[in-house]
Amino acid sequence: MTKDTFKVKVGLAEMLKGGVIMDVTNVEQAKIAEDAGAVSVMALERIPSDIRKDGGVARMSNPHMIKEIQDNVSIPVMAKCRIGHFAEAQILEALEVDFIDESEVLTMADEHFHVDKHPFKVPFVCGARNLGEALRRVHEGAALIRTKGEAGSGNIVEAVRHMKMITSQILELKSADLSKKAEEFRVPLELVEQVEKNQKLPVPNFAAGGIATPADASLMMQLGAETVFVGSGIFKSQDPSERAHAIVKSVAHYHNAKDVLVASYDLKDAMKGILMSDIPEEEKFSNRGD
Amino acid sequence: MIGVLALQGNFQSHLNILEKINLESLLVKKSEDLNRVSGLIIPGGESTTMSKLLVNSNLDKKVKEFSKKNPILGTCAGAIIMSKNSSDKRVLNLGLLDMDIDRNAYGRQVFSFSDQIKIIDGENKSNCEVLFIRAPKIINVGNNCDVFAFRNDEVVGVKQGKHFAITCHPELMGNTKIHEMCFKKNR
Repeated sequence: MTKDTFKVKVGLAEMLKGGVIMDVTNVEQAKIAEDAGAVSVMALERIPSDIRKDGGVARMSNPHMIKEIQDNVSIPVMAKCRIGHFAEAQILEALEVDFIDESEVLTMADEHFHVDKHPFKVPFVCGARNLGEALRRVHEGAALIRTKGEAGSGNIVEAVRHMKMITSQILELKSADLSKKAEEFRVPLELVEQVEKNQKLPVPNFAAGGIATPADASLMMQLGAETVFVGSGIFKSQDPSERAHAIVKSVAHYHNAKDVLVASYDLKDAMKGILMSDIPEEEKFSNRGD
Repeated sequence: MIGVLALQGNFQSHLNILEKINLESLLVKKSEDLNRVSGLIIPGGESTTMSKLLVNSNLDKKVKEFSKKNPILGTCAGAIIMSKNSSDKRVLNLGLLDMDIDRNAYGRQVFSFSDQIKIIDGENKSNCEVLFIRAPKIINVGNNCDVFAFRNDEVVGVKQGKHFAITCHPELMGNTKIHEMCFKKNR
């Protein structure tokens, strides 16, 4: 019996496919998410839109708060550590969270290196804006990739950009010099060859960052996402429970516009959202970690 | 043609297995999709999520009806949904198999693992490498159920009539044995 194989880590990502992972800040929200059919919850003290507003250093959440959520829902519980902060990751592993998000939403702890994720038993998810970032994270041991999008913005434009970028860069490999690509991406050639052959990332590929409506979720699924993360979009709306139900339904039936319509029909206002032009370049979460 | 319930979970890996054993497949998302298939796979995923979506689309009753004539294979969350009882009101139990099952019985993801299981197919016994992902445990096998898979002495797969359920994931390791037992030999 083994417990640390990469397949076991990717196995959980496989189980999350076709689902919705929701940001929650307390037990009450976690229960709303589970009741709505979330496949997992991301436990964090402040959702990205509040981190953006509050400023200051954003760190791993209080373990006590994460534990309370673990004790009250039956679905997998994820939590975030800072980029490169392997000690936070160790604590989250000791707490037995089901997935660690090494996240650009938190303040970076290391500007040059991400966590070496191979020695951990717990799987990691990392954000990516392009194929190079995605493969560097996989090479470091990530079992799941998500688009970075722009967390807390309620604006889908960056997630679309990142998903399309990864998809088109995978396609381009067909006619590219793979050794040059491996050098450009700073990853082993075998990894690039594998992606070229399968025309797919070696791990599941989810969408995150700016999803606020059932239509946003459907859009990302149609663009090739295998599951969506919804952060501020649910609990910053006027009707979190209804919206959570609606987004779950829209992801399950994303190919059928009538179902997405029915799910969207009675919703109140979505979160307000921010234009990318109103976020100074140095305040964009997606620029963190390369 | 074999249907794969595709409301949530790792339905894609089951499509790959069906292709490997030359069986046509169809993603089942609506109750009318069941009219076109002669067998069904309920994949792994989150049993709470699948339960909600099954009930909301009235597929729960339709699957029960379908099960009277056609074989169903459930893996992990699928086994929970097929069971008689999983002692958790958040989860739907279709009662297709006379067994009790406990969700997440090995613990959280850090306790997930890969291992060999033994599969019994009539006179034949074979080993198979599988993944247990936040897996459930079969805690009671009723008189109407037969055991077809063990991990050491632990029961991990049971069948009743045409239906098969297993608590782990042979499909994630590319293993076709159980799919063949359920959909090829099971006529």
